[in-house]
Amino acid sequence: MAELLQILVSGLSAGAIYALAAVGFTLLWQASQTINFAQGEFVMLPAFFVLAGMTIFGLPLWAAILTALVLSLVVLGAMFKKLIVEPMLPHGTLPLVIATIALGILMKESVKEFYSAQGQPFPPLFPQHVINFFGASISIQDICNLVVAFAAIISLQLFLGRTRTGRAMQATAQDPRVAEILGVDVKKMVMYTFLINGALAAIASILISPVYLAKFSNGETLGMIAFIAAIVGGFNQIKGALLGGLLIGVIDNLAAVYVSAEYRTAIPLILLIVIIMVRPQGILGTPEGRTV
Amino acid sequence: MMKRNVLAGVSLTAMLMAGGAYADTVKIANISELSGAGAAAGTVWAHGVDLAVDEINEHGGILGMQVEMREYDSQTDPLQSRALVQKAIDEGAFALLGTVYSSSTVVNMLVAQQNGIPQFTASEAPSITQKGNPYIFRTNWGAQKGMPKIGAYMRDQLGVENVAVAWANTEFGKGGHDSFVEIVEEMGLKVVADVPSEQGQADFSADVLRIKNSGAEAVFIYLTQEEAARFLMEATKQGLEIPKIGDSVLTSEKVIELAGPAANGAKGHAALTIAADEPRVQEFAAKFTDRFGYSPDYNAMKGYIGAYTIKYATEMVGEVDSQKLADTVHGLCLDAEEYPGVLIDMCWDDTGEVSRESYMVEVVNGQEQVSEVLPAN
Amino acid sequence: MTALRLLFLVAFGLALFIAPLGQGNYIIYVLCSWLIFSISAMGLNLTLGYAGQISLAQAAFMGIGAYITALLTMAGVHWIVAVFCSIGASFVIGLVLGYPALRVQHHFLAFVTLAFTTLVFLVLRNEDWLTGGSLGLVGIPRPVFGPFDTMKQLPFYYFTVVCFLITAGVMAWMLHSPWGRAFKALRENPIRANSLGLNTTRMTLLAFAIGSAMGGLAGALQAPLVQFIEPGSFTLILSLKILLMVIVGGSGYFFGPILGAGLVVLLPEMLRFTDGYYLIIYALLVLVVMIFSPHGLIGLGQKLLSSFKPREERGDLKQGAQL
Repeated sequence: MAELLQILVSGLSAGAIYALAAVGFTLLWQASQTINFAQGEFVMLPAFFVLAGMTIFGLPLWAAILTALVLSLVVLGAMFKKLIVEPMLPHGTLPLVIATIALGILMKESVKEFYSAQGQPFPPLFPQHVINFFGASISIQDICNLVVAFAAIISLQLFLGRTRTGRAMQATAQDPRVAEILGVDVKKMVMYTFLINGALAAIASILISPVYLAKFSNGETLGMIAFIAAIVGGFNQIKGALLGGLLIGVIDNLAAVYVSAEYRTAIPLILLIVIIMVRPQGILGTPEGRTV
Repeated sequence: MMKRNVLAGVSLTAMLMAGGAYADTVKIANISELSGAGAAAGTVWAHGVDLAVDEINEHGGILGMQVEMREYDSQTDPLQSRALVQKAIDEGAFALLGTVYSSSTVVNMLVAQQNGIPQFTASEAPSITQKGNPYIFRTNWGAQKGMPKIGAYMRDQLGVENVAVAWANTEFGKGGHDSFVEIVEEMGLKVVADVPSEQGQADFSADVLRIKNSGAEAVFIYLTQEEAARFLMEATKQGLEIPKIGDSVLTSEKVIELAGPAANGAKGHAALTIAADEPRVQEFAAKFTDRFGYSPDYNAMKGYIGAYTIKYATEMVGEVDSQKLADTVHGLCLDAEEYPGVLIDMCWDDTGEVSRESYMVEVVNGQEQVSEVLPAN
Repeated sequence: MTALRLLFLVAFGLALFIAPLGQGNYIIYVLCSWLIFSISAMGLNLTLGYAGQISLAQAAFMGIGAYITALLTMAGVHWIVAVFCSIGASFVIGLVLGYPALRVQHHFLAFVTLAFTTLVFLVLRNEDWLTGGSLGLVGIPRPVFGPFDTMKQLPFYYFTVVCFLITAGVMAWMLHSPWGRAFKALRENPIRANSLGLNTTRMTLLAFAIGSAMGGLAGALQAPLVQFIEPGSFTLILSLKILLMVIVGGSGYFFGPILGAGLVVLLPEMLRFTDGYYLIIYALLVLVVMIFSPHGLIGLGQKLLSSFKPREERGDLKQGAQL
């Protein structure tokens, strides 16, 4: 029983962070049909903004985090949109897929060359004190991570559902042409989406790095997980991506303990294939009306 | 970023090669993992090599000839490494250094063998010296040689019966895992939890949980640096109190830096460690840190030793001859007093396997400390 | 135009035969791997450039082909038998994998094949009783055809050239057959093709399976070239690399993947003087090509050529005319 509880607790705290990456993934897909193969690297990079701020410019942690957040908005949000996505959108999904792959390599290699090829310790934001919860160990850090991740996703959901800008963004996602006719500034809405993705990536990065360490290659696994989580949960729903992230976190741990550690990564992939066969829109997704 | 000597193109080299009269340099190539998954280890190794080669050149080179070093990046891709070993040989290297990852070495050593070029590798997978390749030489002993010492330590010193093993499910981890399990079972220990993990795995909670609930009295950790640090942090969090034993990786500087206080108490069986109470090792560590801005680890020591071994053995032969070099290193013993570049006394047998004494190292208050010196086997 | 094309083909064929002469083993090895990746990329081009579906399973099919050939030839079966087993198995697996994925929706083949590639890697690594596990298989023999032994690098190169030319010939013949023309119709206007009574799903599935079979062939050539295979060589990264070859070269053009494979295989070599920075430069180059010429280098070439000619462009021929 304590074992199962431990799996659940560990799985959820990892899953919450996967969810942040997955939500950003679905946002970009909705707003601009961008399949971002660099999403994992988006989560890897902000941690290095923080580290560079601290070690090179001698900033205190909070200032470094703030700088990293701003940099993420500029680089991962605005510049990504302006320099890469925008010129390529008219040419369909494919060149953009390739471009994001190349971007991922660029980010990874740049960190490796200009910062370090080795993993780096990352200062914890929250106390690492461990609580015994009915036989399961959970650290304050895990709880805080869960809370921050949930808070970010819920406020995003509220923003999209309750505010004028949010609803305009949703309209843009559903049908940019109709939204344009209705007087929505489509370009601006798409830009907001990219900024939000940048911010989510930065939050995920700062939450995950104290536990998983900062390393240039961290994006490889993270990107894959975000991708699976998004598809399993529902590619066009934020709550779908949230569910997907949590689910993958828990399933990964369950598989490692009860099925086979050799095949632990296979289980989420099999789930992915089954979902595509049985319920292509994902668990919480709605069927898309917008194919040719 | 250190700039390497870029030579004036292949054609010029070919010309130099053709005209033997110009051969006033000795060509050595280093093929290592400068990018890709193995970049961290490969870069450190390459720095160790660079340090040694520059020292050798400063002190008159090999047999009075300057060493011309070429570096090749295998991108941690075995196929690429194979192609590059071929390229290095095409370009006239008479001895090779590298690669670090065993999955690359098992492939590219075939090319060196076909061409009769001796190769000094950092790889520790048991299989490498078991294939009867007369041109492959290790710079540190293979994993299989360390395991009996670790097994004996667990059984006799710690007095445990049930052990767990956490290992990286790659060629590196697999080789170590297989020989560990075989040897400790022979010794009468029981492996109660056998937990493989993925390359780059971030979440170790399930791994630690399985070991915790398995009734193991000690755990053998055979993971790469970042993964070992994540494992130790998770073990601390879940209160896994049993002794944690590993090889030189577990108690390395990097793991201590990454895992912080979670690394305390970890024990490693290391052949090469800068914690060794040897003035030559300390001097090497100081030079290395001074030049590259970080402290060296076992891979740096291996690279340094490898490059110096080529110098010493070639000077024993008295000429630049690949075949004679290989013949000489088989059965060679180098005394560190006389040959300071090898840092610690070492010997090669006729398969290219190495033996030297080793250390049990424990992390105490964030510092590596040698707790015991074990004799060579 | 046709005369020019013929001249080009003859020159290309001649260049293939002359290229390795007087070169070191390393260069010949690189040329072999260029041809092998060209075959694989041509297969993907069929799926991608003609049928418009992204497949990320090309690495997995290369792996399947390579392991089948390696295991069979190591057991004493001749390469020629092994290669047909590799091609056949890849084709059948392609059908089985593609059928449900293509039934559903637009981008789903990409997702299913992405998962498939990692699953194949896991099986290859974990089932070491068959595949040798993470240590791989060493010592794969190179084929001998009567007096012609491919053990040395140069004969192996010519052997690869022959396989490449046969594949390219079959591919050209397919594209010029009525079936191939139907394909082009499908690419240029799927709705119209559908209304003309073409079964688009079935054709796409067939294109994917044939493309996969070509991946299997490439694997069957790679195993004896490298004489060593391990699961880590056939991961998603390789799939992405092959995808890169097709797109950067120019998807939907016959010579696109060949050019792209050449670039991807040779460029790191050419950029090696830049030290550790070559991957960065490489990634930047890909980004630039994609931004300025999304139809790849051949597309760029054609654009430059046609800028000297009067323009006539139909709006409905433009790909993805959204936003």
